[in-house]
Amino acid sequence: MWLWGSLTASGTPPSGCLYGAGARIELATLAGASSLGARLEALRGRTVLVAARDQLSAALALIELDGVVRRMVLCPPDLSAEHAPAVMRDSGADAYLTDAGADAGADAGATAVRGLEGLHVSSAAALRPLGLARRRSHDTEWILLTSGTSGAPKLVQHTLASLTSAFSAQEAPPGPLVWGTFYDIRRYGGLQIFLRALYHGSLVLSSAAESTADFLARAAAAGVTHISGTPSHWRRALMSGATARISPRYVRLSGEIADQAILDSLRHAFPQATVAHAFASTEAGVGFEVRDGLAGFPAGLVGAPGAAVDIDVAGGTLRLRSAGNATGYLGAHAPALKDSDGFIDTGDRVGGVINVGGLKVYPEEVEAIINAHPGVRISLVKARRSPITGAVVTAEVVLIEGAATGAQAEELVKGEILQACRRALAAHKVPMSIRIVPALEVSGSGKLVRPDA
Amino acid sequence: MSVRATITSLFEQVAREQQRKLSPLSDDLKLLASGLDSLSFALIVARLEDKLGYDPFDTAESFPVTFGDFVRLYESHSR
Repeated sequence: MWLWGSLTASGTPPSGCLYGAGARIELATLAGASSLGARLEALRGRTVLVAARDQLSAALALIELDGVVRRMVLCPPDLSAEHAPAVMRDSGADAYLTDAGADAGADAGATAVRGLEGLHVSSAAALRPLGLARRRSHDTEWILLTSGTSGAPKLVQHTLASLTSAFSAQEAPPGPLVWGTFYDIRRYGGLQIFLRALYHGSLVLSSAAESTADFLARAAAAGVTHISGTPSHWRRALMSGATARISPRYVRLSGEIADQAILDSLRHAFPQATVAHAFASTEAGVGFEVRDGLAGFPAGLVGAPGAAVDIDVAGGTLRLRSAGNATGYLGAHAPALKDSDGFIDTGDRVGGVINVGGLKVYPEEVEAIINAHPGVRISLVKARRSPITGAVVTAEVVLIEGAATGAQAEELVKGEILQACRRALAAHKVPMSIRIVPALEVSGSGKLVRPDA
Repeated sequence: MSVRATITSLFEQVAREQQRKLSPLSDDLKLLASGLDSLSFALIVARLEDKLGYDPFDTAESFPVTFGDFVRLYESHSR
């Protein structure tokens, strides 16, 4: 199975379009034209870091490289220069694709990627003649990057089959679909939409340089029928006042917990649309999709026999097993991805990790900063529901006896704790409030009792 | 303190804390052009709930687009 081969399997070229912020490409033109031109053959069999900044350039590269290269690494635009060399090393990359200085020759991007060894190739959304017909020689591995707790990305290994397992079995929906997504297609959520759109229609790509209202205007002009984003993307869209420009049939949320308020707001904004929320992770793939308009997921899905995705909640975390699972992690010191039953632990502790507008907060990391204050005995960091970011961080603190007597002294300690947090932590991890409490509940096993854990 | 004055002072306080440049708060100022990010709005809404005792987003059918919409959302809930 390869992407271009399956898009043209019926004998007719694909009829859809890719809409970038600055250009539009008809997929059918890729039968005889290429964003890489003759350089495509130079990449055959190699491991390529796809590091185009522009989403349309990246989209064309993914279509063209599948079946041609051994392995392609989908670098999100925010991959830092600090982490890029490790990604290059762990993936075994021997080529680097960039759209910097696309018209200036094969190694024009070299200055932008100092320290990265290998063949430098530039791509452009302006197509050149392809030369030879497209030909499959490799089962290309798709490598996605995910953020670990330490900030260094993990390399997650997928195949076209695992990435398309959540929808390839489904029949094509009736009529041409025009998808739009707020996501970047180099991330799992966006990549899912990209692939669905290629198989079933067209896609309007977002651009980091564009306002939410401008993106929605472009999506409206393209006649968007299906559109996806995180709850935070959608809250932002609702606040832009521009949602009336589009009238989609299907609105999808994923990437964060969808609460009832955002589901209701979207149903009100798009009364004619199906509003669905999905759970997926880069490692475990698509877990489930819920279309009943209610927050949360139906408990009946857990342990359901004969389902395409096995769902299990063990030890307080959600575990998934399906054809959509990644194969493994890459790298010399990569941890095991699956447990002995073939399940992937999504790491989404049912009560543990706090998701602030799509950014994860590990309570222990914040507690460590708070507990370093000399007046603090113990602290508990937890989520507080927010209609804007899904959750914000709050903290409860037990002080050492005599550390602060009187309300004024307590306020002083709270201020010092907040200052320490602001110095050490990203803004979304800093507690919005600190409450001094006489004690925190500790379980029989000696652990802090965490809400919902 | 009126609802509007409470909201105005919280916008200013959170902007200071988050080191963001706040645009002058007029009723037709678009929230997304106010200089605040999503986290700032989340903090403002949580602190307003602590001060006023309610979160009108719970029952709001549409999201506020301008600062005036935001104030009206809270004022209409307080009545």
